[in-house]
Amino acid sequence: MEQFPRRLLTVVTEAVLERELVAELEALGVRGHTITDARGRGSRGRRQSDWAQDGNIRIEVVCEPALAERVAARLRERYYDHYAMILFMQDVNVLRPDKF
Amino acid sequence: MDPVTRRCDSHTVALPDVSPPRHNGMQQLDPVIWFFVLGVVAGAARADLRLPAAIYEFVSTVLLLAIGLKGGVELARDSGGLPLAELGGILLLGFVLPLPAFWIARHLGRLERADAASLAAHYGSVSVGTFAVVIGYLATRGIAFEARAPVWVVLLEVPAILVGIVLARGLSGDVAWRHLLRELFLGRSIVLLLGGLAIGWLAGPQGTESIEPLFFDLFKGILALFLLEMGLIAAAQLPTLRRHGLFIVLYGIAVPLLFAVAGAGLGRLLDLSLGGTTVLATLAASASYIAAPAAIRTAVPEANPALSLTAALAVTFPFNIVIGIPLYERLALALAG
Repeated sequence: MEQFPRRLLTVVTEAVLERELVAELEALGVRGHTITDARGRGSRGRRQSDWAQDGNIRIEVVCEPALAERVAARLRERYYDHYAMILFMQDVNVLRPDKF
Repeated sequence: MDPVTRRCDSHTVALPDVSPPRHNGMQQLDPVIWFFVLGVVAGAARADLRLPAAIYEFVSTVLLLAIGLKGGVELARDSGGLPLAELGGILLLGFVLPLPAFWIARHLGRLERADAASLAAHYGSVSVGTFAVVIGYLATRGIAFEARAPVWVVLLEVPAILVGIVLARGLSGDVAWRHLLRELFLGRSIVLLLGGLAIGWLAGPQGTESIEPLFFDLFKGILALFLLEMGLIAAAQLPTLRRHGLFIVLYGIAVPLLFAVAGAGLGRLLDLSLGGTTVLATLAASASYIAAPAAIRTAVPEANPALSLTAALAVTFPFNIVIGIPLYERLALALAG
């Protein structure tokens, strides 16, 4: 079965940013994303997902590596200073390249 | 119709009377307040207690709709309409309150501009949870208040947040105003309160009979669940409270007291009923912990979100519902002379 390389970009950040980030992703040309509620602990303390006001979300995007780089650069420039946000990338293989 | 709904005059309403007022020691406290205490204690002790997020959303949705519906039904009964001078005065209060809140935080608290502006937005705006508690409090005591009180909540929620953002950013700042205004005016509390008011007004007393069991009869029980969750949320703020210390505690008590006097004074000036003056004093004293944090987080990201949220949730909300509301009732009584 033929497989096609893509990049998986994962962003964990504050739930309050959800709508704004979805708009950013669309503007940058990302075709799809998955968002899940998340909780955990990091440099900005413990974050719970049971109350929307201070919950976290995890956004996952699978796309071309170049686009993933553009998204990462944009998020770093705009949100890293003041928001709780981490971002990491992995190489993944997909079966239907036209979707990503 | 609900036999226990009291109407003292054509403009006023009280929610169903649950139990006669008692004045013997601990029983004087409204039972719903104990649910808040239970939440705080369980949260602080890290007990295995947590309401799922969806339940919290549901409970607060029912509360907001119930408050709106009740007001709408009473407005439909009495076609006196909305007095514009009163609504204008209350709207103005919403724009004015953040200014002293900012000044106190900036000059007495020596906070950064962004943090002081954030506190100003939170304390100038209102808490619907506190509003639900004061309504329950007045209902238990059979004290009537103006049916249009939910409209006051709507009027007071947004202005202070806008003033807070301008205090932090200036008028020309790089704020996405269109997006922000949309989020603010389409926020849950405004949509559900106004929606409830409209449905109650359109359906009238007879029309709403079929939905009374959920929205009116269960009001106090739903409020109790809401307060249990609020207690858990407040307890989660306690570590932050320890970090920020005394100033937050002093600010979170002194500013509400000051603003309650302003709210009660305005209520007296507008010739509101005793219950209405108590409600307005409580609204002025309350601090937003839903609309303001979300708006400030996106519009003033350099402000420390924990500072304002902790003050509003862990200090001011408990202070108002346990000590403040009975105090504001006495203040309204004193002003009524």
